[in-house]
Amino acid sequence: MTEPLLRVRDLKTYFVTEQGRGTARAVDGVSFELYPGETLGIVGESGCGKTVTSLSILRLIPEPPGHIRPGSVIEFEGRNLLTLAPAELRAIRGNQIAMVFQEPMTSLNPVFTVGDQIAEAAIIHQGLSRKAARARAIEMLTLVGFPDPAERVDDYPHQLSGGMRQRVMIAMALVCHPKVLIADEPTTALDVTIQAQILELLDRLQAELGMAVLLITHDLGVVAGQADRVVVMYAGQVVETASTTGLFDGPLHPYTEGLMAAVPRIDAPKSRLQAIPGQVPAATAWPSGCRFHPRCPHAWTKCTIEEPPLLGLGDGDHTARCWLVQEPGRRKPKT
Amino acid sequence: MTAPLLDVQDLVKHYPGRPPVRAVDGVSLTIAPGQTLGLVGESGSGKSTVGRTILRLQEPTAGRVVFDGEDVFALGTAPLRALRRRMQIVFQDPYSSLNPRMTVGRTLREPLEIHRLAPPAQMEARVTALLDEVGLDPAFAGRYPHELSGGQRQRVGIARALSVEPRFIVCDEPVSALDVSVQAQVLNLLADLQQKRSLTYLFIAHDLAVVRHIADQVAVMYLGRIVERAPAAVIYAAPRHPYTRALLSAVPEPNPRAARARIVLSGDIPSPAHPPAGCPFHPRCPHPKKNDRCRTEAPALRATSDSPAHLAACHFAEEPM
Repeated sequence: MTEPLLRVRDLKTYFVTEQGRGTARAVDGVSFELYPGETLGIVGESGCGKTVTSLSILRLIPEPPGHIRPGSVIEFEGRNLLTLAPAELRAIRGNQIAMVFQEPMTSLNPVFTVGDQIAEAAIIHQGLSRKAARARAIEMLTLVGFPDPAERVDDYPHQLSGGMRQRVMIAMALVCHPKVLIADEPTTALDVTIQAQILELLDRLQAELGMAVLLITHDLGVVAGQADRVVVMYAGQVVETASTTGLFDGPLHPYTEGLMAAVPRIDAPKSRLQAIPGQVPAATAWPSGCRFHPRCPHAWTKCTIEEPPLLGLGDGDHTARCWLVQEPGRRKPKT
Repeated sequence: MTAPLLDVQDLVKHYPGRPPVRAVDGVSLTIAPGQTLGLVGESGSGKSTVGRTILRLQEPTAGRVVFDGEDVFALGTAPLRALRRRMQIVFQDPYSSLNPRMTVGRTLREPLEIHRLAPPAQMEARVTALLDEVGLDPAFAGRYPHELSGGQRQRVGIARALSVEPRFIVCDEPVSALDVSVQAQVLNLLADLQQKRSLTYLFIAHDLAVVRHIADQVAVMYLGRIVERAPAAVIYAAPRHPYTRALLSAVPEPNPRAARARIVLSGDIPSPAHPPAGCPFHPRCPHPKKNDRCRTEAPALRATSDSPAHLAACHFAEEPM
């Protein structure tokens, strides 16, 4: 069996809240593996901890107020990123592991040309000369489908549309041919026709360059189309893991089920949606027992007291943090 | 056929500039009482400007809007204020449209006081009833917007719109800032309120799947114009305009086994300050029949051969793609 490229084990990232009154356990014991060449989707709603997870991998969590708890492990090719010296970490970040953010306008520097920004990583990590780096920047713009790359290389971010800026972000991330690309809501700020362009681009680049992609998104539609495997997060924890087809064919966790039923579908006629009652609890006060129990239609006493571990079904590649996996008879029939 | 509650004819809204920004460039639509028209489009299509201009939150450049028999653009200040009791709006971001220094109770009392809709003695009962109607506990009257979640704030935004007992509500991206599980709650609430109060909605959204769940009729906008309009079931089953076809095919389906026949459009939406000549969609249009006529002659929004109720602004709407 292939070794994972990236292994996250029991990651805990906590934040001291502004008033110092409590600790937000934003990511609270998250584990997963990313294998070479695959796309792993991390899905969840606001506040579930998916973005904090991705920022923790690159140690981009501002400290304070945040801190990654001792005992957390993030292994990249066998080395724990959390214990690396700053210089060693810098050699990996932006080089072997790169990231694309949701909002390209705030992550691009407005006073440098896009060419300079793409070239920067190649100069730092690969020691390219300015001239060679510029040529590489043009090559990257061509790769991400820029019209007239040799001219647009001197454009500033404000001269570009949202979709073009996101292409620049992708060019920047891929300039050093990373082994892992972390894409955090890469298409959320884009219109649907532009989203389609960027998703196609990511597909093509992954096929050409062979990198592994960690795709963080709130959109089940994007995950269904892009990911090989899926991790579903809720309230700072992984609540379900499965192959993409396994997950959509038969979700095990009531939260996943609820989420799927709540998504408006383009192929369903005008009708009522199935809403999940209540809302995501606050990270400073996760509910006792199973964190989903206050919103769960199946919850019984055990769920309010005992926190379920990730329980496996079959050969164990489909797991859910739910007691129903052990006691399926408790599942209430659909109303 | 019943007379429409809202009748918009050739609405134009240009913003000054050189050249002017043609945000809305000749939009006509009608909505029958109790119905929902979904107005769909991407950023910069002009859909929000249509909603705001209908309510005269922005003054139109040209056109005519008749609401319930009244010519909205001809009204003076006092009759316009009276009209606003009957036409309301719910915004996308309830956080920026609620006054952060006003409690929820005060936010809901204010329109009741302005329009003298409840004597002081009944005010509290009215506020409680409104909160109850949108599914919030009466205790929320004492809270401030920052103490509420996004979904709760949007419920307050809806309660505020309902407080003056309107017949018509412009819902401008009311659920796009919300998470999926909460979005479903708010969509269901809007549907329930429509039934209970016989409301008419103009539902503006960029999300075609959301619109599918609430709209009776759908109009698709591109660069300030309506390019297709039809009953909802028809437009989703058999879109005629190449833009609508591409838009629908681009929506990611939450089904990994779905056969993907994505029509990926090239390029970006042009600026409404420099709309292309001829058909505004022609530079991105993937239609195999596209020809010189598309580059020179803007197609009118016309009935297709499918039915008189299915309109499309494309010279080749009937041709397969």
